[in-house]
Amino acid sequence: MTAHHSLPRQSSRAETVQHVKTSCGVEAWLVESYAVPLVALEFAVGGGASQDPQGREGLSSLFAGLLDEGAGPYDSRAFHRKVEDLAIHLGFGADRDHISGHFQALTRTLDEGFELFRLALGEPRFEVEAVARVRGQLAASIKREAKDPDAMVAKAFREAAFPGHAYGRPLRGELDTLERLERSDLEALRAKLFGRDNLKIAVVGAINAATLAQKLDSVFGAWPEASQLESTPEVAVANVGERRVIELDVPQSTFRFGRGGIAKQDPDYFAAVVVNHVLGGGVFTSRLFNEVREKRGLAYSVYSHLQDYRRSAALFGGAATKNERAGETLGVIEEECRRLAAEGPSAEELDKAKKFLVGSYALRFDTSTKIASQLVRLQLDGEDPSYLDTRNAKIEGVTLDGARAAAKRLLGDGSLLVAIVGKPQGLG
Amino acid sequence: MSHPEAYLTPAQPSPSDHGGKAKVDHFTLPNGMEVVTIEDRRTPVVTHMVWYKNGSADDPVGKSGIAHFLEHLMFKGTKEHPQGEFSNLVSDLGGQENAFTSYDYTAYFQRIGKEHLETLMRFESDRMTNLVLSDEVVDPEREVVLEERRMRVENDPAAQLDEALQASLFARHPYGAPIIGWTHEIEDLSRDDALAYYRRFYTPENAILIVAGDVSAEEVRRLAGQTYGCIPTRAAPPRRSRPQEPPPRAERLVTLSDEKVEQPAYERIFVTPSYATAAPGEAEALDLLAHVLGGGPASVLYERLVEDERLAVSVGAYYMGSALDDTRFYLFATPAEDVEPAALDAAFDRELARFLERGVDEDELRRAKTRMIADAVYAQDSQVSLARWYGEALATGLSVADVESWADRIDAVPVSALCEAAVKWLDKRRSVSGYLLPKEVAA
Repeated sequence: MTAHHSLPRQSSRAETVQHVKTSCGVEAWLVESYAVPLVALEFAVGGGASQDPQGREGLSSLFAGLLDEGAGPYDSRAFHRKVEDLAIHLGFGADRDHISGHFQALTRTLDEGFELFRLALGEPRFEVEAVARVRGQLAASIKREAKDPDAMVAKAFREAAFPGHAYGRPLRGELDTLERLERSDLEALRAKLFGRDNLKIAVVGAINAATLAQKLDSVFGAWPEASQLESTPEVAVANVGERRVIELDVPQSTFRFGRGGIAKQDPDYFAAVVVNHVLGGGVFTSRLFNEVREKRGLAYSVYSHLQDYRRSAALFGGAATKNERAGETLGVIEEECRRLAAEGPSAEELDKAKKFLVGSYALRFDTSTKIASQLVRLQLDGEDPSYLDTRNAKIEGVTLDGARAAAKRLLGDGSLLVAIVGKPQGLG
Repeated sequence: MSHPEAYLTPAQPSPSDHGGKAKVDHFTLPNGMEVVTIEDRRTPVVTHMVWYKNGSADDPVGKSGIAHFLEHLMFKGTKEHPQGEFSNLVSDLGGQENAFTSYDYTAYFQRIGKEHLETLMRFESDRMTNLVLSDEVVDPEREVVLEERRMRVENDPAAQLDEALQASLFARHPYGAPIIGWTHEIEDLSRDDALAYYRRFYTPENAILIVAGDVSAEEVRRLAGQTYGCIPTRAAPPRRSRPQEPPPRAERLVTLSDEKVEQPAYERIFVTPSYATAAPGEAEALDLLAHVLGGGPASVLYERLVEDERLAVSVGAYYMGSALDDTRFYLFATPAEDVEPAALDAAFDRELARFLERGVDEDELRRAKTRMIADAVYAQDSQVSLARWYGEALATGLSVADVESWADRIDAVPVSALCEAAVKWLDKRRSVSGYLLPKEVAA
């Protein structure tokens, strides 16, 4: 059976994207669509946990958690009730490199919804009671994860991979760093990050460019042009080849493994994407899935992926296996990395990986929120909408030689930094 | 400027505007298989799902986990298409696939470019009846399931508490057993057990096909007829009659202490009617009640216990309405620092009593209805969400008409119905409370 990996007569996704620039200089990408009576907006500002000052880790998470806890004339309770009355979705989050937000409204409450969104970003109250409450929620989640194998192994891994760098520090902070955070820290963060030069916005749904421009001006128009984002230094994954074992009395050993990756801007990036898919990106079809799970029944979950931090390119992966077979599982993973590094993928593996990556791209665009998220991501990567139409050709353009070279660059001598939580046996 | 074939509709209101309601078609093949088509033309992708009307609650006694184990084994190949062929093909065609097992249903699905729908139907209909299993393939997969159990439960005290709670809440009904199965029973599941279960439940008259996305009902009917339609019916669908739970009479408490617990937790689970077993309007009332009591930071219990009393850092409620038999209604909370779960148990008693005493006010009810009805419109934005909603309904004794009228039925619930439901069903004698605790420090 022949399967073509490009759709015949592809129409342009890029052409559905409008650039909106408002009179106050706010920019957004818009895709108009009236099939469902809603508007979905996603935005991101650079910053995130990597900007949390030393000793004040968790600031971005606390900040994001407080943006929907009272604003303008509404205290927390009134704000929460108003969100429900309007039936909007409003949420904010922080990762290591960004603070992001999500606003969704049905057309019938669009104006009032935007007004609440404007208040959340423009006049957050940061009231003492709300700060204590959200701090308490973050503290509870830290405690909940203190002895959770997944969280513990992620912590051990990042501390070994990025010692002395912001990426090695906890996203939500520690109990003591959270305690130190005050209203002034929150206000300072807001002033630092909320500048129009640091803002990416995408909107999908039942709204036209002119109306959107008005709304964007009301929400973001008063932001100064310039933010005061500090630069986070570039960092390479450290301690490759080392192992860190954290003992925990559980029957299963949980692994995190990784090494340096290849950055998005690198000419070998798409070849690296293909190589990673062959290694452990493809569920049901990857080498790790087949060798670790399918053939040997060693794990339920085993995977690899290219981590896209702004200041570090990395290849990360994970697996979990009963303690008695920990050494065996690690051995198989290390062997597959060595083998792929030395030989590269086969022509058949290359072809299959490309087919999947090209054919499945469309699956990222089947809800308004997903489309808006993709468009924000592209803006953060410094791409323009034409990427939507050229990305598949870049994947298709990866050659066997290119993939072999990328495999050597990506996997080197096959050595990995490995963190393990549990009571692993047979590590040798 | 936009093109007629743009992935996203042109900047015009859709002429077939349904006010946000998707176009849904429903019919039954001669062999008894139900077929539902949900049109969403915005992107040339389809979601293809087959739901079997059986889940872990249909596991034979002593063989818990067989429904879930079979779900894993369905990926191991057929006579025509040996192990790996289907998954490799889905991947080559740029599709994503997965499956899941719940208490009352098991579903297999793929998301893929619309032009590949017929191919998926051929392969999926093939594995409905032609599965081939050998010990070489079954044995490693049993290990995989045991690793999955270790990952989800053996590593996690909260999950262990939940298993104990369910087992206590359902002393007779198989909802009390974990979907993945008890370890000692998983270890004994054999190839023959899997095949027996497969032959009993994997038949067209026991299956529902749901296709959502850029496809017409006519095309789905035609393709379904050519593929699934060729499978002969075996008999009437198996009757699912589970041992029923006797009326609960005693409040129960289950506690679990573990040295890995640094954050205590509290929950209370009630047995209540489901959408399938409730009197008219009752399940809708319970659904709204869950929202009013604990559906977010504007809910009654959150405002009282988190904001006013500061006994908890978070509070929630959840009604598992889609179930074939009487089901679960959850209340849960994370205690504030230095607050014991036992204190939260008492606080919930007080607040529920207070709530019943004062009654639901109209604003609270209107707010909950607004949110729930709006969420039905938001769901129209996701073909996967719609497909799952219809699948869950049809697999648990409801109809397409039930799904389509849900928002109206929610809207029609009077204030009095919530109070009646709370008095009748949120009775502590119908519940188990659970405390997740750190290990006692020796005096």
